[in-house]
Amino acid sequence: MSEQPDPFMLNQWFAISGLTDVGPTAKNTLLMGEKLSYRRAGDGFEVTTADGRTLPVLAQYACLWTSLGQPESGLFEIPQYHETDRRSIVAGSIGVNVSAQRGVENFLDMGHFPFVHTGILGELPHTEVKEYNVRLTEDGSEIIATECMFYQPMASTVSTEGMDVEYIYRVPHPTCSVLYKSSPLDEKRLDVIALFVQPIGPEKLRAHMVLSILDDVNADDFISHFQLHIFGQDKPILENQMPKRLPLDTRAETPIRADKSSIMYRRWLAAKGVTYGTIPAAA
Amino acid sequence: MIRLYDYDLSGNCYKVRLMLAILGLDYERKNVEFFPGKRHREPEFLAVNPLGQLPVLEDGDLRLTQSQAILTYLARAYDASGQWFPLDTPARTGQCLQWLGFADALTATASAARLADGMGFDFDGDAAREGAHKLFAVLDEHLWFHEREGHDWLVPGAAPTIADIACFPYVMLSEEGGIPREPFPAIRRWTDRVKRIPGFVVMPGIFPAILGSQ
Ligand SMILES: [Fe+2]
Repeated sequence: MSEQPDPFMLNQWFAISGLTDVGPTAKNTLLMGEKLSYRRAGDGFEVTTADGRTLPVLAQYACLWTSLGQPESGLFEIPQYHETDRRSIVAGSIGVNVSAQRGVENFLDMGHFPFVHTGILGELPHTEVKEYNVRLTEDGSEIIATECMFYQPMASTVSTEGMDVEYIYRVPHPTCSVLYKSSPLDEKRLDVIALFVQPIGPEKLRAHMVLSILDDVNADDFISHFQLHIFGQDKPILENQMPKRLPLDTRAETPIRADKSSIMYRRWLAAKGVTYGTIPAAA
Repeated sequence: MIRLYDYDLSGNCYKVRLMLAILGLDYERKNVEFFPGKRHREPEFLAVNPLGQLPVLEDGDLRLTQSQAILTYLARAYDASGQWFPLDTPARTGQCLQWLGFADALTATASAARLADGMGFDFDGDAAREGAHKLFAVLDEHLWFHEREGHDWLVPGAAPTIADIACFPYVMLSEEGGIPREPFPAIRRWTDRVKRIPGFVVMPGIFPAILGSQ
């Protein structure tokens, strides 16, 4: 199994911290096994490796991003992030003992809501994942799943009652996903919850959760509390995944585990030649 | 009303919430954002506890810190049966206190490993895991021999005590610190029993005995 990043992963941007957590004093983190230190320097940011190499940086979507290789372009677009009446909050950066791709796979799966997020994102007996659409964009750069409907007792911090919630998932990056869900405050608009996963090692991740939401009622710490509560419920599920790396052979796991979007995600990773954090299908 | 200065993802706060729920007590929950906000180091909370540690319990004029002390207080104040903090024999009182001390050792090891892995605290995760592994081995052996003598709980006797409540959270959250419970079957049977105590409640990272129930 690969302990070294494949070319596709090597040349990606990865979020390594929320911007609010970056100060003038250097902090350390790991990106695909490489020890990095990062800090605020003058008007910008600086990321260096242990052997003194300076890495490219981006400050975007409330996070600091870097790359071990040479990214071909900037980051994927999240247009809603720039709408002025939204609040953007880094809910927290959480480490989990499982591969980054397992983290994304779990984020895409609605089937676990009633069992794992009982009373919040789902409840018994509403266990059915209704038929939804999933496709690859024309240029093959991202996966989009639409018309994902699910009954949720407490869809967000501003919910007052249960409702059928519509989800749209985007996977524009091998370890990032952007989720859009109906806002309880405005039926024409969508809350945005982005999951930017930093691969620490092949079986270890740090998830940066950035919310861009319509909530003019609650304080940041309550919104963070809500999001971390949900993510805390996912942790034991993630950490008990066997194997800890994501098998790209879609026959490797039962059909229930690997639903439509998960199958497309695995095929997409395989097509891009991703070996880091995965178990490639036998040729 | 009882007031608890609380953080959702803290095992030491959770054990107090668990005890309050089992005893059927109402309380006010005051959230102190330990992570990511580090609000426990800000003046507002340091005025409550100068050590900056959660949880803190207030009941009337009493203000108590240290989760094990809070469990002891709640049992003495609100459990008329005397089950939860046993004073019936000197041996059982001593054994209960011994396991409360063990719970502090779990905080220093299993909890530290979890904070290092999950929340990026600058602790030595490997040393913490090694310490936790030793404790888990001791706990597993104790429970295994105890079961053979017909005892289900940490302190011998028919009913659970605050010792079980004190040790349960950081055992149950151990995988977040990279400490598997798979090698400790007696521990796994004991945690299943704790989950069936009437009034049991969960926290993120700990599931109920029956998945999907509330
Ligand atoms: Fe989840």
